[in-house]
Amino acid sequence: MKLHEFQAKERFRAFGLPTPHGIVVEDAEGAKAAFAELGGELAVVKAQIHAGGRGKAGGVKLVRSADEAHEAAEGMLGKPLITKQNAPDGTIVRKVLVEEGLPIAKEYYAAVTLDRRLEVPVLMVSSEGGMDIEEVAEKTPELILREPIDPVQGLPDFRARRACFGLGVPKAQQRAFGAVLKGLAQAFLADDASLVEVNPLVTTTDDRVICLDGKMSIDDNALFRHKGLEAMRDEGEEDPTEVRARKAGLSYVNLDGNIGCLVNGAGLAMATMDIIKLHGGEPANFLDVGGSASTEQVTTAFKIILEDPAVKGILVNIFGGIMRCDVVAQGVVDATKALGLEAPLVVRLHGTNMEQGREILENSGLKIIPADNMRDAAQKIVEAAQ
Amino acid sequence: MSILVGSDTRVVTQGITGEYGRMHTLACREYGTNVVAGVTPGRGGQDVEGIPVYDTMAEAREKAGANCTMIFVPAAFAADAVEEAADAGIELIVCITEGIPALDEARMKQAVTAAGARMIGPNCPGVISPGSNCKVGIMPGFIHSAGKIGVVSRSGTLTYEAVWQLTELGLGQTTCLGIGGDPVIGTTHIDAIKLFQEDDETEAILMIGEIGGTAEEEAAAFIKDHVDKPVVGFVAGRTAPPGKRMGHAGAIIAGGKGTAIEKMEAMRAAGIAVAESPAELGSTMAEALAARA
Repeated sequence: MKLHEFQAKERFRAFGLPTPHGIVVEDAEGAKAAFAELGGELAVVKAQIHAGGRGKAGGVKLVRSADEAHEAAEGMLGKPLITKQNAPDGTIVRKVLVEEGLPIAKEYYAAVTLDRRLEVPVLMVSSEGGMDIEEVAEKTPELILREPIDPVQGLPDFRARRACFGLGVPKAQQRAFGAVLKGLAQAFLADDASLVEVNPLVTTTDDRVICLDGKMSIDDNALFRHKGLEAMRDEGEEDPTEVRARKAGLSYVNLDGNIGCLVNGAGLAMATMDIIKLHGGEPANFLDVGGSASTEQVTTAFKIILEDPAVKGILVNIFGGIMRCDVVAQGVVDATKALGLEAPLVVRLHGTNMEQGREILENSGLKIIPADNMRDAAQKIVEAAQ
Repeated sequence: MSILVGSDTRVVTQGITGEYGRMHTLACREYGTNVVAGVTPGRGGQDVEGIPVYDTMAEAREKAGANCTMIFVPAAFAADAVEEAADAGIELIVCITEGIPALDEARMKQAVTAAGARMIGPNCPGVISPGSNCKVGIMPGFIHSAGKIGVVSRSGTLTYEAVWQLTELGLGQTTCLGIGGDPVIGTTHIDAIKLFQEDDETEAILMIGEIGGTAEEEAAAFIKDHVDKPVVGFVAGRTAPPGKRMGHAGAIIAGGKGTAIEKMEAMRAAGIAVAESPAELGSTMAEALAARA
């Protein structure tokens, strides 16, 4: 689950990390008042959307007066901001963050994420702050320094120091810089984050170290123990169908094709998408109904698939282990009747109670196309959906 | 011989009194697994269809001689269950539980490594050796048959699909294990492949990967240098969009890395016979065996 910048910075402050003074507003008048309240000669108006790449897309503006703040906010609020990460439709900006301008000396990059090879979180820092970090990783990987973090103890002092030396942080700023790095690791561990990123992390001409930007994602599997963070969820940023699927206990991802799929198990669901493509079709979605699908869940899954107007046919691929094929078959029949499904439906059932399952489909009087195996199923649905 | 589990395996189930734990424990016993105990804190002294229940893993180890655990406790308590098993000296920890926080998984892995134990999973179907009728997990037993193929996979039902295709072609299995789809797992592709390479009975290996991470690339490099048995590979998710988690917590193309195409190329470069289609897992293995003969 992603947080907005202003939410991430709220979490940063809870861990003692310095952020610029800022005020979140939802209208242009508010932005004007915020500029006055901050009291400086310079401020930054920042669109609050989840997608990165806001700066280049016009979602971050420097302003030198209350009127300029008003104008900048008006230009963003209620309008879609299209960045390279959320193209082509963009995201409607609902809130802007108005922050004090700072006398920046240097920009750095700092992030904490799980290193899948080391199997522990890792701190990544770079002197190339403000840049696209993936580009830095690609072209000059030696400019990214990595320090592993103990999942219980956090970032040891010596590693924080080593990162500072490696970055060439001036002596007068080293203590504060090291403290920020340790704080970022602490925030990551305490909030069960999957990503904490500060780009740029800046030093100022008066030797302060400040998290100028802030990005944070929380591990979805850990939300059960972070009710306060769950409350920060912005469903307006998510695909509405994916939100409904999540609430129904289904794992769903919308894709561009026209063949809907309903599968049990994530690996088999991906393989089903792949085989549709191999036979000349285009999958409309990834959908994993999980280990035990009730009739209600199958019905909900069908409804979700059919919400996509591009869907011209549905492929059901079930390998019954724990899940019994007769139960799935009954679910498919009930859902088809309840929804008055007209699109072609190919069903491949295999595993526990598959004979009973196939009988239920045959005797249903519905136009369900049975398939013997994955290849047969893919060929039949691709042909039927044309 | 098989790997990981066999006739010496004595299983305890952590979370045996839950609906899911109970059902699968009984299914394992029916398949032939030697289930010697269950553990549910506070339920010590009870039994589940004749299987004694203990309060602690130390008791299950001492009194029932358990050397392998199958974990079904809810995600919030899974890390604690794994640590208790490792502390009790259990050698093989099979963690079925899904939805565990990634940081808990990192802590679990440290505890297991420190104790010198081995973990399979979490978020996995478990492990089965058909030749010794030993099943420690939730897979349907009847699709398996005893034979000479070792199967290792990040997936659950896709593994069943693969095993079924093998069985239909008369290609039985030594051991099949699902290693789980999460970012931090106990036993990796490389670990399993190493064991299969050392196992005299295993003649060929089927490895099934999916998008996300670099475990398949690392396994491919290992195979190139250390494995002389035929290896067949498949990677699920070539149609998956970048930046989206495909069901499994670890199945995500991040920063353009971890694509199915990259993984398949790495496999081919290592001399692995890559199945293009998930419908050809069994037939690709049959061809690989024929080519060697």
